[in-house]
Amino acid sequence: MSKKIDQNRRRALHITSGIVGAVTVAGFAVPFLSAWNPSEKAKALGASVKFNLSKLEAGAMVVLEWRRTPIFIVHQTLSAIENLPKLDAKVTNPAKEEGITRSANSSYTVLKGVCTHLSCAPKYHPEIEPKAWDQEWLGGFFCPCHGSKFDLAGRVYKGVPAPTNLEVPPHSFDGDMLTIGEVG
Amino acid sequence: MNKQNNSFMSWLDKRFPVTENLERHLTKHPVPKKVNFFYIFGALLMVIFMVQVITGIWLMMFYTNTEEGAFASVEYIMRDVEYGWLMRYMHSTGASAFFFLMYFHMFRGLLYGSYQKPKELVWLFGCFLLFLLMAEGFLGYVLPWGQMSYWAANVILSLFGAIPVIGPDLQVWIQGDYVLSGATLSRFFALHVVVVPLLMIALVVFHIFALHEVGAGNPEGVDIEKHRDEKGMPLDGAPFHPYKTFSALPAIGIFFVIFFSIVFFAPEGGGYFLEKPNFEEANFLKTPEHIAPVWYYAPFYSILRAITFGIPLLGITSKFLGFIIFAASIAILFVVPWLDRSKVQSIRYKGMYSKIGMILFAASFITLGYLGTKPVNELRTLIAQICTLFYFLPLILMPIYTKYEKTLEVPERL
Repeated sequence: MSKKIDQNRRRALHITSGIVGAVTVAGFAVPFLSAWNPSEKAKALGASVKFNLSKLEAGAMVVLEWRRTPIFIVHQTLSAIENLPKLDAKVTNPAKEEGITRSANSSYTVLKGVCTHLSCAPKYHPEIEPKAWDQEWLGGFFCPCHGSKFDLAGRVYKGVPAPTNLEVPPHSFDGDMLTIGEVG
Repeated sequence: MNKQNNSFMSWLDKRFPVTENLERHLTKHPVPKKVNFFYIFGALLMVIFMVQVITGIWLMMFYTNTEEGAFASVEYIMRDVEYGWLMRYMHSTGASAFFFLMYFHMFRGLLYGSYQKPKELVWLFGCFLLFLLMAEGFLGYVLPWGQMSYWAANVILSLFGAIPVIGPDLQVWIQGDYVLSGATLSRFFALHVVVVPLLMIALVVFHIFALHEVGAGNPEGVDIEKHRDEKGMPLDGAPFHPYKTFSALPAIGIFFVIFFSIVFFAPEGGGYFLEKPNFEEANFLKTPEHIAPVWYYAPFYSILRAITFGIPLLGITSKFLGFIIFAASIAILFVVPWLDRSKVQSIRYKGMYSKIGMILFAASFITLGYLGTKPVNELRTLIAQICTLFYFLPLILMPIYTKYEKTLEVPERL
């Protein structure tokens, strides 16, 4: 130990080993943190769902499953499109800004089929006729669990347990092709 | 332990400092002669931690950490494994006991200033332990995969989703799926049985090492290090063993009598220790009527729910503001050592404002706890908002009133 300690050399070694160490830690953090992302299997199960609308008649509804949630797709009739604005006064939140059908298309409505009260499945009742739960029923969804009422665009009636309108999942239309899970 | 006469101990001590550490941390460690009831909770916490570790290891031998198998494996433990019910009830009751003891232990700290200089780090490590315990309890509650496991976890995870910008992606990353699913369950299992317990063991060691460096406190706030005998032993102190060890034994006995009375006769704690909806398997299409946290999270959950307003100007929703205040209610405990400017440690010698503050704080905490287990209505929300205010005010105003209030003279000796 006869030589004098070269402080500059020592500092350079400290800094380089510090940087190399930090880069190593950061590099190895990538695979470990990425492992927490949804796996390919989860991605496949959570991927967007496509549906060809050409076979869906006016007035009919189909149920698809997307991310473990039932999705209702309704092909609105012309009379339904006419009737929906008449209900603006009867619903809690008319959601005018979303358009009459609340979807990106003027004749289809896309909804999460989960009651916003306690997540039961609302039933589709498109008929325009007096019902046990509403004498002036213009068609819509009725939840049999606790009696929540929604119109054909999924807007919740006033005075029922459900607090908010049925949710609209992200979706896009491309001609007759509807994609659930992607905004166009 | 006589080093000269025991050649084995002397052989060992030259290679591994057994005697030195035993004397330092156990046998000769001086502790204040006179303490009260509140000073037993630390020892009981060590006992309950061991109960949780041991019963947890045994439960792990029979538990299945998959979405399909978890609920059934808990039923299997309860019905088919010999004494499986005992392991599980000890573990679930142990969780409640852990929090009960922790809250009293921390309240002791607040009452007698156990966080004051130079004990800041003891308190800080303790606060980290509370945080880890809360995480551990939350992760563990998800594992039986019952309805309340699933939906309570949904509520908590959706809080991460409420964070602006990164929230939704963060929530998916934590869940490992677009919905809370088996992927979430298995990672929570790994965190619950390995990661958090390891961190807790490390922090318990830090907590005790720091405590033994600065010395244990007492309800009078007298510094026992000031007066020592010729051997350097504090005059108002006594060696940890046998004085403390043997006085702790009856307390541990009494604790176990109470603990096992609950384990044997009321393991569900009237729906507060094990909630009724959790006897039904998780169903992602069916939300329970009323989602309530276990009692030990109720005060903090109440604070979360009390925030029914956001700050629209800053783009902060009520949900996110609730999350911030909820996090702050735990975070503020960490800085208590720097909020207290009092010359004295113990509440006994502090002034009137400190006493009123402590009463308000404790009463708010208990009221919030009660409200957290009940469904919301307007009146309850209002009371919760007032209590949230009085939870924070005594702590926020502490630097002012502790500095200016009149304190009493602390005696020289214990």
